[in-house]
Amino acid sequence: MSDKKEVDDITGVETTGHEWDGIKELNTPLPRWWVWIFYATIVFSIGYMIYYPAVPLINDATKGVGGYSSRGELHEAMDEARAERAGLLEQIEATPVTEIPNDAELMRFATAGGSSAFKVYCSQCHGSGAQGAVGGYPNLNDDAWIWGGDLEAIYWTIAHGVRYDADPNSRFAMMPAFGADQILGREEITQLAHYVRSLSGLEHDAAQASAAAESFEINCASCHGAEGEGIPELGSPNIADAIWLYGGETDEIAAQIYNPQHGVMPSWVDRLGESTVKQLTVYVHSLGGGQ
Amino acid sequence: MTSTAEDAATERVQSGTQAGTPESYDVEPVNRRDQQQPLYAPKKKIYPKRAEGAYRRLKWIIMAVTLGIYYVTPWIRWDRGEFAPDQAVLIDLMNRRFYFFFIEIWPQEFYYVAGMLVMAGIGLFLVTSSVGRAWCGYTCPQTVWTDLFIWVERLIEGDRNKRMRLDKQPYGPSKIAKRTAKHAIWLLIAVATGGAWIFYFADAPTLFVELFTGEAAVVAYGTVAVLTFTTYTLGGHMREQICIYMCPWPRVQGAMLDENSLTVTYNDWRGEPRSRHQKQAEKEGKIVGDCIDCNACVAVCPTGIDIRDGQQLECITCALCIDACDEMMDKVGRPRGLISYATLNDYNANMRLSQDADGRIDPRRSHAPDGSIAPEAQHTSWRSIIRPRTMIYFAVWALIGLTMVFHVATRDRLDLNILHDRNPRFVVLSDGNVRNGYTVKVLNMMPEPRTVRLTIEGVPGAVITTPGAADDPKDALFLDVDADKLRSQRVFVQTDPAEVAESPATIRFLVQDIFGSESAVYESNFVSTGDR
Repeated sequence: MSDKKEVDDITGVETTGHEWDGIKELNTPLPRWWVWIFYATIVFSIGYMIYYPAVPLINDATKGVGGYSSRGELHEAMDEARAERAGLLEQIEATPVTEIPNDAELMRFATAGGSSAFKVYCSQCHGSGAQGAVGGYPNLNDDAWIWGGDLEAIYWTIAHGVRYDADPNSRFAMMPAFGADQILGREEITQLAHYVRSLSGLEHDAAQASAAAESFEINCASCHGAEGEGIPELGSPNIADAIWLYGGETDEIAAQIYNPQHGVMPSWVDRLGESTVKQLTVYVHSLGGGQ
Repeated sequence: MTSTAEDAATERVQSGTQAGTPESYDVEPVNRRDQQQPLYAPKKKIYPKRAEGAYRRLKWIIMAVTLGIYYVTPWIRWDRGEFAPDQAVLIDLMNRRFYFFFIEIWPQEFYYVAGMLVMAGIGLFLVTSSVGRAWCGYTCPQTVWTDLFIWVERLIEGDRNKRMRLDKQPYGPSKIAKRTAKHAIWLLIAVATGGAWIFYFADAPTLFVELFTGEAAVVAYGTVAVLTFTTYTLGGHMREQICIYMCPWPRVQGAMLDENSLTVTYNDWRGEPRSRHQKQAEKEGKIVGDCIDCNACVAVCPTGIDIRDGQQLECITCALCIDACDEMMDKVGRPRGLISYATLNDYNANMRLSQDADGRIDPRRSHAPDGSIAPEAQHTSWRSIIRPRTMIYFAVWALIGLTMVFHVATRDRLDLNILHDRNPRFVVLSDGNVRNGYTVKVLNMMPEPRTVRLTIEGVPGAVITTPGAADDPKDALFLDVDADKLRSQRVFVQTDPAEVAESPATIRFLVQDIFGSESAVYESNFVSTGDR
């Protein structure tokens, strides 16, 4: 920077003396108030650094005198949300599950709450869309219910689980292992499998199927019903419909008769509480298959 | 220009009082170039003198109209029936609706606002390329409110000279009274400005009462406070500083001007060499132009510049210097228009006419012997506005406007959106039928409740069910939709997969207003095989 004042010919304005590749900077001064605002922002930043957490230290950072933390802010927001929900949760607690659908606002809240609880506690087995999976995880969207599909039945199933030893109120049903326990022979079991397929109108060997008609009546009808329609009170599935928990091919059915698999579902009421189980119930019921 | 400025400077030195010449003003432009600049410039207080004339009258009218629109609009009522607010212009942020007389805009129709902004942008191109920075000079809120604040200041403290004297006076009862009154009125205007703003966002009469009873929302008081502060500061104290240092528009608009744009121009081709002592100079046989160097143009300038230095960033083209100069020209019996709206093309032509072989301005070349302007001189008129560039701007501007008007007039007030469930995509029912789930969203954009009939097409044998027990399959669903609301409804569609030729098949959802003719259609998919 030169000490000599230089004036630009074209504009008649003094230059600052700074030059870059022949381009010279004109001295167009900032207004003083602008500079004062700049100083004011510096003063503000000092106050900000004192009030808020700001200066990084080796393991930590300064806390700030205002006691602010983003985690604290989260807790506040969560408390606020909890307080807003409190009335509704108590209301759900006090309302019988069958009455919840009568209250539109309660129903909306319960369904939404059930949906989020489902994603946390249920989706691991039943799938995030409650679509289930072949191999013992029932699809909750359809209209086939092993233990009943009305609100009360669904509530009981979720609250106490299925074949869950720790809960004396758990749903319990056990099909004998007809093959493994040598009640029936392999040939009979294959014939039964064909018979079961005939019940739902699937492709089957008619001769084999008719050979097993008597055996079905003796061994199966007591639980599954004369037409294989199932008895929800006993937890015996409908085996005459299009839905197969362990697969509907002849060998899959035969395998299930030979040595049946049994799914287990934990009981939830002690872990999640009444209100959440009720919310889950109305959510599952609303998926499309509720009775 | 440089040489004439130097001539003028030497003449200024020789000044002395002389009877018969009009008053002149001891005033200097704030941005004189020949002064040494400090690193940080202190603000020079400007005392704009009152101007009288056609442009000043135009500015008063525009001020009254723009302020009138601003303050009155929220109070205009518009009957929309019992289900919608009756305020003509309302931005309902809570319910996300914008009402403008007979038009109601939902958030998804924000493209109308985008279209208006595009029109505003092209409108600015149009105005700037034809009549220069007219936005800055006449309609910019900063200009309008500053004008209003200066008017108040002048009312209480008097015109330029009185204000300058008052500033120099020590504080006494009279000065304190005047200052208190001025700032009180300024603050009152500022509060009213902030107050009017919030009325656009809520029912004005209700909010007006709530403001005084303390029931209004905190954000309402906060907005009034912020706008009071900004109006008072920007209109009362910052004024031209905003235009010169903070606003980007002077830079942007400067780039839009061309040689055919009207700008406030000092016609030095007839004004130079300027002289404060015309008669004496003429007696001495000196050649003098029309400019009597009275500085009236500088004294009235709200940004405190000298237009005679040429076009400059600080000039907001408010044209008050034209009024001031015309008044002076009338007094000395010379033709008006020494400062005038002129295009650069006309100015250059006149300059060529006026310059002698050495490039010096000789006012005799541009004047007839009787002192009037020579007939060869170019006179800029409104015709300069009509040229291809401005016509293209106007055409594009009008096209967008007409398209929007057409679109608003023919738009649907019933809309349908369908979200197909993705997880699971389909469900097999115990009887072997396949079911798909959808979320149906019916938008009733009319300010009255409506009932619509939902039907489906394209999937043979398909029936509709809704969640909940004991729901019989239906062919059609009747949905009540509240006034001006969206109704969201889960529906299931089921059919025998054997009847569906392909997967996914196209399914058409139809809603029809049962009392009206309006309908809406949405195409979605029906999946019956494949991965769930």
